[in-house]
Amino acid sequence: MTLPATIPLLGFAWDDLLFMTLAGIMILCALAVVGMRDIIRSGLAMIICFAALAGLYVLAGAPVVAAAQVLVYIGAISVLVLFAIMLTQTKDAPRALVFQTQVVPAGIASAVLAVLIAITVAATDWPTAGARLWTNTTELAKTLFADFTLPFEVVSVLLLSAVIGGVFLAKRERGAD
Amino acid sequence: MLSVLNGLSQSLDAYLILSGILFAIGSFGFLARRNAISMLMSIELMLNAVNLAIISFGAFSLSLKVDASVIALIVMAAAAAEATVGLAIVIAIYRNKKTPLVDEYDAMRQ
Repeated sequence: MTLPATIPLLGFAWDDLLFMTLAGIMILCALAVVGMRDIIRSGLAMIICFAALAGLYVLAGAPVVAAAQVLVYIGAISVLVLFAIMLTQTKDAPRALVFQTQVVPAGIASAVLAVLIAITVAATDWPTAGARLWTNTTELAKTLFADFTLPFEVVSVLLLSAVIGGVFLAKRERGAD
Repeated sequence: MLSVLNGLSQSLDAYLILSGILFAIGSFGFLARRNAISMLMSIELMLNAVNLAIISFGAFSLSLKVDASVIALIVMAAAAAEATVGLAIVIAIYRNKKTPLVDEYDAMRQ
């Protein structure tokens, strides 16, 4: 069984429906991340936001980056954030105020930023290839390990130093408390 | 009416505006939340927005096609390092001050 070329009642392509669904999920979950009172819930909403973003990467033709997004963000960073949330929860935290006193200016500034970016994007005439391109994994590997060898090695050193630094900073000092 | 939405996934503008909205949401969370970990999560949202912009440029521009994925992967690794160190710093401060709320970190003011 094959799908019809366009969605039966609405009349646009399946890719567009997928894009709108993923974009909607992503925006709603991002709003939940910044707006929810219970911080554990905002951590869980962040995981869904990252998953929708991985779907958008596949839609934009970058499957390797989508896989890395699932592994790094959903698999590692989210778990790290959830652990940190659980280590720093206080009894009165859910009842305390969620936002700073500057919440209204911050909201205005962010809305202005979003509108400015949208206007700039719409006003610029991007030199595009016309249609989406699919990134070939073999090409990507050749570029990553031939042209970008030095950044690749520097990133591995950066990750090692970040791990050592994280352990050192979070370690309980002997003798103190 | 729905014809406006036609070809949305084939236009660079849609991806870039989406990433702009995600960046703005992240910046709002960073400016407005009181909890230090919420602020770090907002930074992650902003980094993801930038990554989405890089990937969408790569998807629509022939000369950036492969490089964009490489840059996005490197940004991702840098974000992981940032999250590690940032959360370790928050936990270290929490151990001393017993609160994750940033507006109660006022030792420099006293």
